[in-house]
Amino acid sequence: MATVALGSIRGQIYGTAPPRGLFCDFPLGRPLGVPDDAAFQRRVIEHAFGLLDRSEAVVEDYDVVIDPEDAEILMCPLPARMDPDAHPAIDEAKGLRPAYQRAIAKFDNRAGAVRLLDADTVPSAIEAFIRVAEGRPWKEAGIPGIPARVSQDIRGYYEMAALEIAGHTPAAWAGYRWFRDQTKTGEVMRKARDAMRESGAKEPLWRFLLPSDS
Amino acid sequence: MSDQSIKQASSSIPCPTFDSPAFTVPKPLSEAKVAIASSASLHHADDDDFAVVDTGYRVLHRERRDIVVGHWSPNFDASGVTADLNVVFPIDRLEEMADEGVIGSVSDVHLAFAGNQFDLAAIRMDAGPAGAKFLADHEVDVVLLTPV
Repeated sequence: MATVALGSIRGQIYGTAPPRGLFCDFPLGRPLGVPDDAAFQRRVIEHAFGLLDRSEAVVEDYDVVIDPEDAEILMCPLPARMDPDAHPAIDEAKGLRPAYQRAIAKFDNRAGAVRLLDADTVPSAIEAFIRVAEGRPWKEAGIPGIPARVSQDIRGYYEMAALEIAGHTPAAWAGYRWFRDQTKTGEVMRKARDAMRESGAKEPLWRFLLPSDS
Repeated sequence: MSDQSIKQASSSIPCPTFDSPAFTVPKPLSEAKVAIASSASLHHADDDDFAVVDTGYRVLHRERRDIVVGHWSPNFDASGVTADLNVVFPIDRLEEMADEGVIGSVSDVHLAFAGNQFDLAAIRMDAGPAGAKFLADHEVDVVLLTPV
């Protein structure tokens, strides 16, 4: 069998030196480049398959670069407060539930947004991180699983809701930036990560609560 | 958010190098059976999710689109694949190319591995060769490898 490898990270695709490789400088999570753009994806594949004609090993750059940096600021309104006695992040998460459900109905749960948790337990998981952010040792905070995986589920819940509210597929990372910078739960997760780091928790436990350069 | 900074950090992760990678000249593409092998931890909804340090592979069936991205990592954007499976697993693009005669056919089976591994030995020595044999047994000629 002959193989053609697509790679999104230059150092890895050139470093491993596959028989045939195409470095595509596209956002992580979108190795074919542009969702909902069949023609773009087709050009990438045809370029990759063109390498099958080569008579010796080759890795080369694809000539289109997609830089998601500041490509879009997602305009995604948040629900109004429903329960003034609840923590704002909890209230916010509950308010996003209908949008999350509509997104799941529309797209299925293809990205595995909430799979360690379920939608009913997302608020209580956020509550655990609120306790961490407020200084409770993470082991005593009631996080319902590996912290990074629970965090990924919470983020996924929000990004699914955002996809539905925004009504279009956002630029890469725009949904995440919205979660991190615009939502109360994003603020909680940043504070929880910082609290875990400052408490001396092992790096892998806090490092992967959010993308590694956040 | 800096996609580039994550890529730069990932670029420094040591990866195996091969002095003489296997190189095969396939039959003409218009006659070739093509499969996809993804490192995005894809699996069908009713198949096992990828456990921590899961070095096995899952089989993806050509006709099914109930595919879940099981990749546990904060360092990728998931919104694109939520909206369009093909941005990670371009199965519909292959079907179109087969319909047009650009490729010979689409394999009935495809593979997915978990790419976020810390120790590649089990994949190199076990699941990788087993997956390759599985595809070879299904008479696959060309494999498109896609990351996430």
